[in-house]
This record gives sequence, C-alpha cells and structure tokens, in this order.
Amino acid sequence: MADNGDNDSQHRVNEGDYVVLKRGDIYKAVQIQKKKKTVFEKQWFFLDNAVGELYGTTFEVVTGGILQPRKPKCVESSADAKEAGMDNRNILDDGKSQKLTRDDIETLKEQGLKGQEIVQQLIENSTTFRDKTEFAQEKYIKKKKKKYENSVMVLRPSCRVLAMMYHGREPGKICHLRYDTLAQMLTLGNIHAGSKVLVFETCAGLVLGAVMERMGGYGSVVQMYPGGGPVRAGMESFGFPSRFHDTLHEFPICHVNALLAGALDTEAKDIDAGGQEKKVKMEEKRKKLAAAAAVLEGRNADGLVIASRFHPCPVLLGLIKFLAPSRPFVVYSQYKEPLIECYTKLREQGGAVSLRLTDSWIRHYQVLPNRTHPVLLMSGGGGYLLSGTTVAADTPKMGPTRGEEPPPKRLKLTETTEG
Amino acid sequence: MSFVEYSEFIQEGDVAIIFLGHDSMMPVKVQQGAQTQTRYGVIRHSKDLIGQRFGTKVTCSKGGWVYVLHPTPELWTLNLPHRTQILYTTDIANITMMLELKPGSVVCESGTGSGSLSHAILRTIAPTGHLHTVEFHQQRAEKAAEEFREHRVGHLVTVRNQDVCKEGFGVTGVADAVFLDIPSPWEAVKHAKNAMKRQGGRVCSFSPCIEQVQKTVEALANEGFQEISTLEVLLRVHDVRSITLPLPDFGSDQPLETPTDTPVPSNASVLCKTTTPPRDMAGHTGYLTFATKPSV
Repeated sequence: MADNGDNDSQHRVNEGDYVVLKRGDIYKAVQIQKKKKTVFEKQWFFLDNAVGELYGTTFEVVTGGILQPRKPKCVESSADAKEAGMDNRNILDDGKSQKLTRDDIETLKEQGLKGQEIVQQLIENSTTFRDKTEFAQEKYIKKKKKKYENSVMVLRPSCRVLAMMYHGREPGKICHLRYDTLAQMLTLGNIHAGSKVLVFETCAGLVLGAVMERMGGYGSVVQMYPGGGPVRAGMESFGFPSRFHDTLHEFPICHVNALLAGALDTEAKDIDAGGQEKKVKMEEKRKKLAAAAAVLEGRNADGLVIASRFHPCPVLLGLIKFLAPSRPFVVYSQYKEPLIECYTKLREQGGAVSLRLTDSWIRHYQVLPNRTHPVLLMSGGGGYLLSGTTVAADTPKMGPTRGEEPPPKRLKLTETTEG
Repeated sequence: MSFVEYSEFIQEGDVAIIFLGHDSMMPVKVQQGAQTQTRYGVIRHSKDLIGQRFGTKVTCSKGGWVYVLHPTPELWTLNLPHRTQILYTTDIANITMMLELKPGSVVCESGTGSGSLSHAILRTIAPTGHLHTVEFHQQRAEKAAEEFREHRVGHLVTVRNQDVCKEGFGVTGVADAVFLDIPSPWEAVKHAKNAMKRQGGRVCSFSPCIEQVQKTVEALANEGFQEISTLEVLLRVHDVRSITLPLPDFGSDQPLETPTDTPVPSNASVLCKTTTPPRDMAGHTGYLTFATKPSV
C-alpha cells in the first residue's frame, strides 16, 4: 500500500506530542520527548523510535529500551491441531507441572528472547499442556502472553482512552467517575461546537478536557475553580492544539457572589506593591478575570457540567444562575444522597424541568466461539448523575409545582383486627 | 434554531419541544397562524411561540401552562416519530464516546432507521464533519432526508438509499468511524473497513442478539480489527420520594394502671427523603461491539 507521506503527517507521532501508551487494558499518558526514559508496566524504554510512525502502531520493547515497530501480521499460531485432551479429570494441580524455574525464565529474558518465544518455552516445558483441552490451552497461552509480552501501543489521546486510563489507574483523582458515566454527561449536557459551557470539576482536568474535545475549539468554556488555581493536568494530556486554549477561560468561585450581585470590579488599578514582573503578572490575571466575567455576566451559558468532591447542591444552585433558559445541566456525584438534596431543592425553587437522577450499569463480554459470556469481574458502580433542563424563572411563589412525585400514601397505623 | 446550534428566540419553521410536565412532551413545527392542541388548551403559534424565548412558560387557552424547549438530539430521541426501533440516549452516549466522535469527524452509519442516532452524531461532528448514512428502505431514507433538511442539518449529511451489505456506504477511505445497526452486520464489515481511513478508525456494531455478536466479532477479527470489545450499558433511574415510615410502639417501660386496657397507639413516624426504583426498567437494548481498524 503506497504511503503518501504528506497526507499522513497528521496521523503520525511527532516529538512533543501527548500520547497514551497501551498494553492490554493498561494505559498511561506521556509526552514524547527524545532521549528521555519512560517507565511503563515495570519496563523502561525510550520513545524516540515512535516519532514518525503512525498512531496506533504497536512496538516491541527490545534490549536497551528501544522500541521496534511490530510487523502487523504477527503469525497467530493457531493451535496447529496439536495434541489436546478432552477434559481435566486427570490433571493434577500440584504446582509442579512447569519445569522451568523462575531463574530459568529470567535467564531466557536476559538472553533477549521475545515474549512469544518465552511463551513457547513455557509450553514445551509444561507436563500438563498437552492434556489440557483446546480451550484451556488457548486460555493458558493468552495468560502467559499477557504476562511476558513486551509490546506497547502508542495511541492518540482521546476522551475514551484517557477516561479509561484515569478510572483504571487513579480513580480517586476523578471522584471515581467511570467512563460510561462521563459519556452520559457529555451527551446529556448537549456539549457541542459553538456553545458556551461552564465546567466546575475536581477530576484533574479530565472532565474539562472531555468537554473541550467535544467542542473542537469552537465556542467557549469557562472553568470555574475552587482555591488558588485551575487544575488542568488531565486536560493537557489531550494534547489540544493551541487555538483550543484561546477558547478556555477560568473564573475563581470566590468571586461568584460578587459577580452575581454586580459588585465585581475588574477595572485596571495602579498597584504600587512589587516590581515590574509582579505588575505584569497581576495585570495578566486581572485581564483573564475580566474576560471570564464578561463571558459569565450575560447569564446566557448553554450548558453546565459539575463533577467534584464538593457538595453538589450549593454548587449547582449557585452556578445554575449563569445558564440561559432551556439549556441542559448535568451534575455528577460519587454518592446518591447529595443529589437527592439537589433534586429536592431544585423542585422547591423551580426553574428546572425533566429532573432525573440516574446511574448507569455496564458489563463487558468475552466473545469466543462456544465461550461467550459476561466477563467475571464487573464494575460495582460508576457514580450518579442528576440532569435537567432550565426554564424561565417563575414569578415567585407559583404554588405547588405540577407534581412529579405522587402524593405520599396515607398512613396505616393499626391493623384492624376485629376481635 | 437548529439541532447543531442554539438560538434564543423561536422563529417560524423551527421545531420546538412542548413540555407538558413529568415526562410528557411533544414536538411542534412552528408556523404562522397554526395552532396546537394540548390537554391544557390551545397554543397559538403566532401569539404564543413566534418571537418568544425558548424556555418560556406559555399559558394555553384553558388557562393551563406548558414550557417551550429548544430541540436537542436527546429531546428529539424521546419525541421523534418511530419508523423503526430506535437507539436511546444511554447507548448513544457510549457510542459517541467510544467511537471518539468530535467536531470534524467523518462518520458512516447504517441503517438510518428513524434518525435517532443520526441527529446525535450530527450534533457532535458539526460544523466541519460529515455523516454518510445508508438506509435500504426507500420511504425511510426519504423521510430521514426530509427531517434533516427541516432540522437545518442537511448540509452535514448525505443519505443514500442502498444496501450497505452489497454496495457499502458509497464512500471509501474517508471515515473516522463506522456504525452498524443492521440485521447482519458481519456482511458489512469489509465495507466498513473500506469506508474507513487508511490510517485507522473506530467501528461499532449494535446487535440485540448474542449470535449476531459472535458472528460480527469473528468477521472483525478476520479483517484484522484490533481492540475488539463487547459490552452492554443500562440506565437505572432513581425516583426521588418523600416517604413516611411509622415507628413501632413498644409501649411504656412503666407498668400500666390497668394492663388489660388496649393502650392508645401513638402516631409517631419518621420522614425520609430517599429514592425508589421504578417498577420496571429497560433490561436490554442491545450489545455494543467496538473495534479499532489498525493503521496499515
């Protein structure tokens, strides 16, 4: 297949790119820097050889920590109608079937044997392998391959890959937000190019990055942040082009009340304190604040996404004021009860319809001929979502809102047992 | 108004969603002089809709009121006329993320069906992407094309009336993602591969039956696809309720004056704010199989 180098360049890895390394189900986000040692799954290697290759290429890690692109058609040795047993009734699991010791295997590794070759050695030195059923043999090979394989795939970062990475590696950093729940948030929030979205998150910037990816650099995103400064590590891992950053604003929540009351002063002031450098920095900060305030002031944002360790109720009630009517909002919480409170308060104050408290259930399947079944381990939970749509604020005290709850049942206190 | 861009005010020709309360909604096509009947009375388009803000409360002739909402693909999914079984937002959300759709993506889809997923895809890939959607049923293909035009997204989509298993998607080497929701997806895997960019892409197949999944996974593996993964997602809804639980009366720990008298029961109870599951829930829609076409 003729390689048209010119068209490919946007599909090829460049130095400085943010990429994601993958082996099996393990992911790690790194930045390509030549001559820099990277560690991944207890292996050290250099990423230099990835530069110039297409994204999605699989590499073998060879001695010296060098990456070598793997030939695509890796000969999958179909269990060449070798010997196989019918069932396991005579197989003793005494831990003595493998004749190679741990030291033997280390020696093989040091000799530079490829993962494939080590697996082959293990098979040849197993006394029970040929007694296993074909399925058991396949399962054994798969297990050994997973343990001894040396390959690394270099992927382009995306919400899918990064969400799975964070959930697998550091769920605590993202409030245990599972990737399918994040998927729901982006869709229920109608995040799309050209809109104005407010984000309040303490998920290392993953949610922010996911929102920005779906906006494609069009429209604007205001990151509301608690504390000293916005956290963006997760967002940086997406490797967005610089023009995306032009659409990103930040606003500290400590100024929200002032802004809502019209009391936020973003005018330039003459400050004597500090030297020239400090003045420049403060002026930068003031400009950013003013720009973000200008975006928020109109109270016409198109979407609101909340995913944090803070109690969601006050966050939602505070920030929902910046939304235009007939726009969606989505609130994530690791726990259900805080969202029940949100729901109740919103029902009381009005201004929102279609309120729904949901969580999603996900199950993976192993699909193999005659061996198809759900995977044994399943995620216990992925957090909860409260979603809804804003409507024009009511003239106060409209009376009972059109009930979305049926009236509570009359109490039955005593059994009527007529003696 | 368009399904890919918000606007503030309702105009003639818009599609608006009338919200009647508690999961009850209906779509309306806004037209000068037209009227819409609701259980709360009549809505006069010229007076009540045109020129009003989306999200406002509209009082109907009988005195009742409704809200008028800006259409979104999610609202459309809940209100569109069903010509086939459709995909719902839970599956759509996962498909969108797992196929890595974003502005600029080029997507191939078959079958178009009632356009539920199509609208969601268009919203995500706008303004620079394109959707090539294939539907083998002529009337459904025509109806879909008509709806895309009415919803002001016609420039982002090409509808083709053909059989994807025999003739493919009508384009080659352009797609970042392919989606299949057809009875025999394994017959379209080769066409999916051809439609996709040479440098790789993502594919998804949605099938209600596990036998279909097995055949499709086999076909994907044979065509060299990687990262093949099958999963299912379900949404659980929690209905927020205030419940009152009566407390048991174990009586006084002091001896009663006349033990044979039946004591007066106390009315003590506790109020709890909690959630209950609905009586039924969607237990299965279909299995989602994803895979990556490797770069060659």
